Amino acid sequence: MRSTTIRRWSFVHTWTSLICTLFLLMLAITGLPLIFHHEIEHLLGDAPELRQMAPDTPHLDLQQMVEAAKRERPGEVVQYLAWDEDEPNGVFAYTAPTADAEPNATYTFMLDARTGEALDMPAANGGLMMFLLRMHVDMFAGLPGKLFLAAMGTLFVIAIISGVVLYAPFMRRLEFAQVRHERSTRTRWLDLHNLIGVVTLSWALVVGITGVITACSDLLINAWRADTMASMLEPYRDAPPLTRLAPASDLLRIAKQAAPDMQTDFIAFPGTRFASEHHYAVFMNGSTHLTSHLYTPVLIDAQTLDVTAVGERPWYMDALGLSQPLHFGDYGGRPMQILWAVLDVLTIVVLGSGLYLWWVRRRGVQSAAIREEAIA
Amino acid sequence: MSWRKSTFRLPTLLALLGFAGLFAALLGDGWWDALAWVGLALPACLSLWALPRRRAARA
Repeated sequence: MRSTTIRRWSFVHTWTSLICTLFLLMLAITGLPLIFHHEIEHLLGDAPELRQMAPDTPHLDLQQMVEAAKRERPGEVVQYLAWDEDEPNGVFAYTAPTADAEPNATYTFMLDARTGEALDMPAANGGLMMFLLRMHVDMFAGLPGKLFLAAMGTLFVIAIISGVVLYAPFMRRLEFAQVRHERSTRTRWLDLHNLIGVVTLSWALVVGITGVITACSDLLINAWRADTMASMLEPYRDAPPLTRLAPASDLLRIAKQAAPDMQTDFIAFPGTRFASEHHYAVFMNGSTHLTSHLYTPVLIDAQTLDVTAVGERPWYMDALGLSQPLHFGDYGGRPMQILWAVLDVLTIVVLGSGLYLWWVRRRGVQSAAIREEAIA
Repeated sequence: MSWRKSTFRLPTLLALLGFAGLFAALLGDGWWDALAWVGLALPACLSLWALPRRRAARA
């Protein structure tokens, strides 16, 4: 590789890394406990525990669940009801002062589907885990914060790619995984930075790219609303606002009929950003491993309970759906969670050693030696 | 050329295994997950093996 080429890639690698390193370190550190958030919430006693009842106790009617949610949060409206495969007798309820309130205004709790009893979910509404999550998602800065972190993630991806290019000249005279422990601290950390960086490449790229996609979720959801919802909702454009909603009781049955091979993941109530002013949107996901991450909305007229449309899934919503597991590492059992954590810590090592190498070189120590070593 | 001497042969193999594992685990449980564990454990173990300071590890 020519020395000017190396210098150019080196410039790209140095600056993309330097700009994003501080934020990537924050993301890696806050992300580490988030990998185990279920386990930590159970440990802290923050996870809702449903009471023991006979195993075949029937579930309440869905409208009764809506009433139960409103009783728990007087003056608020139900935005979403969601189901969890791990807790078949529980329903997550999301309420807010208004249906279209910004996402952070939402209050989350669990309803016992058999009794309508409300259970607190402190970890979903505040506390340390929520602090870590907000730092990780938007640094408490809403959409601008998300987009800023998406930009940092993009720089991280460019830093990885330029790092791979630079790997070649640095490794010319070294064997794979050769670390010169006997040489200076700088040389040892240069070898470790190169080795750990290149072997964790696929994981870091996948987590980086899916993180960027997830950070853009608000934009993707808006695009989806404009693309697919707009045409389906054309007949409702001049319809007056709804004064009362038809009961939610039969929504699951109606949606199941419209999309027989799927199951309900969540219901978006009229006026929320996942539904329309005049519709309930029942979001169904597929029954196979892969399609369980892909969502199809069934739009149900909130006055007549007729099915208006079974929504299409644009490719970018599928990309968003698949990005979730690939970013969270929650789809391959406990071993995958542990490996996710190890690779996260190794990424911290790569970021830290990169910063150290830049610092040492900036101070001019052996600066010429590095370049000669790479070019020779 | 030996496998360790080649600059990109082993890294490419590891990266492909990593990608394959990450996507395989989306398709099912059991063996599909196991492929992901192998694909992620190899880089993790290699890195952890290389990290401790070793004096005169290579004579």
